[in-house]
Amino acid sequence: MDVDYSKELPVVEGRLTLAQIEALVAKPMDSKPDRKFFMALSITLTLLLIGVGSLGASFYYGIGLWGNNQPVGWAMPIVNFVFWVGIGHAGTLISAILFLFRQKWRTGIARFAEAMTIFAVMTALVFPLIHTGRPWLGGYLIPYPNQHSLWVNFTSPLLWDVFAVSTYFTVSLVFWYVGLIPDFATLRDRTSSKLKKVIYSIFSLGWRHSHRNWQHYEKAYMLLAGFATPLVLSVHTIVSFDFAVSILPGWHTTIFPPYFVAGAIFSGFAMVVTVLIFVRKIFDLQEIITIDHLEKMNKIIMATGMMVGYAYGMEFFIAWYSGSPVETFVFINRAFGPYAWAYWIMVSCNVIFPQFFWVKKIRRSIPIMFVIVILVNVGMWFERFVITVTSLSRDFLPSSWGYYKPTMVDFGILLGSFGLFFTLVLLFTKAMPVVSISEVKAVADDAQPSHHGGDH
Amino acid sequence: MKRTNELHGVGAIFNTPNEIIKAAEAVSGKGYKSFDVHTPYPVHGMDNAMQLKPSKLGFITLGAGLTGTTLALSLMYFTMSVSYPMNIGGKPFFALPAFIPVTFELTVLLATLSTVIGMIAFFFKFPANSHPLHDTAYMKACSADKYGVYIEATDEKFNEAEVKALLKSLHPASVEDIFTVQPESYPVLTAKFATLLLVVVVIVAGGTYGILNKALYTVPFDWMLKQGKLNPQGNHVMFADGYGMRPPVEGTVANGYIPYEFASLKKEQPANPLVNPLIANAEVLKLGKKKFLTYCSPCHGNYGEGDSRLGIDALKGLSLHSDKVRKWQDGNIYHVISVGQNNMPGYATQLTRNERWSVILYIRALQIAKNASETDIKEVGSNGK
Repeated sequence: MDVDYSKELPVVEGRLTLAQIEALVAKPMDSKPDRKFFMALSITLTLLLIGVGSLGASFYYGIGLWGNNQPVGWAMPIVNFVFWVGIGHAGTLISAILFLFRQKWRTGIARFAEAMTIFAVMTALVFPLIHTGRPWLGGYLIPYPNQHSLWVNFTSPLLWDVFAVSTYFTVSLVFWYVGLIPDFATLRDRTSSKLKKVIYSIFSLGWRHSHRNWQHYEKAYMLLAGFATPLVLSVHTIVSFDFAVSILPGWHTTIFPPYFVAGAIFSGFAMVVTVLIFVRKIFDLQEIITIDHLEKMNKIIMATGMMVGYAYGMEFFIAWYSGSPVETFVFINRAFGPYAWAYWIMVSCNVIFPQFFWVKKIRRSIPIMFVIVILVNVGMWFERFVITVTSLSRDFLPSSWGYYKPTMVDFGILLGSFGLFFTLVLLFTKAMPVVSISEVKAVADDAQPSHHGGDH
Repeated sequence: MKRTNELHGVGAIFNTPNEIIKAAEAVSGKGYKSFDVHTPYPVHGMDNAMQLKPSKLGFITLGAGLTGTTLALSLMYFTMSVSYPMNIGGKPFFALPAFIPVTFELTVLLATLSTVIGMIAFFFKFPANSHPLHDTAYMKACSADKYGVYIEATDEKFNEAEVKALLKSLHPASVEDIFTVQPESYPVLTAKFATLLLVVVVIVAGGTYGILNKALYTVPFDWMLKQGKLNPQGNHVMFADGYGMRPPVEGTVANGYIPYEFASLKKEQPANPLVNPLIANAEVLKLGKKKFLTYCSPCHGNYGEGDSRLGIDALKGLSLHSDKVRKWQDGNIYHVISVGQNNMPGYATQLTRNERWSVILYIRALQIAKNASETDIKEVGSNGK
């Protein structure tokens, strides 16, 4: 290897000028959507329609259409909720944690990952609401003085979840919008269309790229990153509390919070890589979202994959070491019981396949990387399935054991959630800059003064 | 945007970040205060070059964050410990460890929102879409890939010739005069706007009415309104007569009801089998008086003289002090109260059996009081001692 580690690799390849960067990023917004876009949109809208139909049937006939029943009352809706919330975590990790660690390579992918966070959390929010069976009563989740003089239970993890996920969504949205303000201003000054100018003027709020504003803006960005970092850790921690605070064997473990957070970052990065592979190709962003970016993300996928693998192993170790027969049974049942098929899909997708990323050639090969990240997505969905379903289906009382099978409606709703997520992603690519123009300009070659005053 | 002839400021465009740092240093070094640097992205080292003080934004964040913490803890204290304390899993009413997650989330939420809103509204004074710099070649260049320094005419040291000479000495790509914008007025009460308001009102009011009064009562939102149950006062398709309510089965006896078996007899006849089960004590007489005054006195009068308490001739009843009534046994009176006679209806539905017997004892007391003799007084007197 003849890499000079004393010198940082250029974040933007091909020595693009600032104007070229801007033109590249703004191209999807300057041009009319093409055939490929509509074809993709029709696919995602079809998926969405399947989901809407399934949900409509569920509302009309009731949730008896789902497979949920005693003893598995938490099934696909909760599995899907945890899966989608987890997907969202990569965006905040990239935009906030990597920002605090001064990882310049994040600039190319941060905007897109943040957008995916927002869309994933929106998709996730559907599930707890429909899981209640009467989503139109969701207002009771908010503590407000009502005529029953009843309040929500602040000691319940399910309520912590309401606060955590809604705060996470709001903060992510605000963080995202703050990042978009300078880009809206750039688009406003760039466009020749009158209508677009009005829209961009409204959203840019009259931003003037003034350094007096940039000074506060950078401060605010750092503060927001500082808040988003513990927030993102808290969200999946609290999601894991939904399980860990209960007394069910297989759920009642202290490893859950870090295990869930690692899993969330793992699955989120896999989803970001999956989508970026297409986006950089379709929008000619290979020089901004470079193969180096993908390689770095693959390294994180491998690292978090091993953390998840460690958690799987540690769960078994503790089950044995605790000496609790019920705990021991649950884990043996997971690996060799009726849901062994799901367990081994999970282990192979999450622990074994990411090990291929030890090889640099594989880390930098788009087709192989694509297969592996898809497998990781599948594996992480099954992880939530295994945790939720196996523990519930066989608990303390053998007489009430059961075998949960999802119905067609369950799968329809799952497909619909993918439809919703990808529809939003597609619309986003056409409506807003998928890469932060101002941030990428700032890290381009020669973008910073060569003799700056020593404040960095 | 229409512009006036009044100069708002002078801007100079530079091509490289190094030049703009030098320009900023030169302008701030000359003592100008109302100047600004416009760059498409934050340029490192510019804070020092412009001699800016550190941002005070963090104080808003700190204040709002602490407010969030206090708000969350006091909300949970009030709801869980004061307003509706409930024992949940044996936790104390103020279960601090269990309150930490929500406290943290609300702290972050308030701190974030206040930081951003504070920055945009107070630090930036946004929205500011009518600022003179908008729609100028200077702004468009700074938005894309150039770097501009801009000195405002409001600066104390501003002198057009001096400023231009200073900027020219820095070798800019171009220098531009920027003029102030004529303030635009937006008349509110135009026909178009009023129509728009009207349309909004109609849509919002109609939508609210439709949702709250119609949509919420249709499937599937009519939860618990339409139930598959039988409504006693309503119609029901299940029965031939169309009523939801069923008559009781023939011969059904209501709980506690004992039929009056002598209803078909003449009024003299039941006297023998019917004996008053009560003895006249203060409690019984009190009940009897109450019931007598409620049900009997409207016709028979407060003292049973047949003079109608209401003073209505048509209601005037028989005197209860007649020889006939005084000689009747309790059973005869009971029969008349139960089934009625002549104009008097039966009171079996209004008065329970005990109440009827109490009323009879009260009537007896009235009769004795009304027709008392010297001996009666003596008797009471001697018994009383």
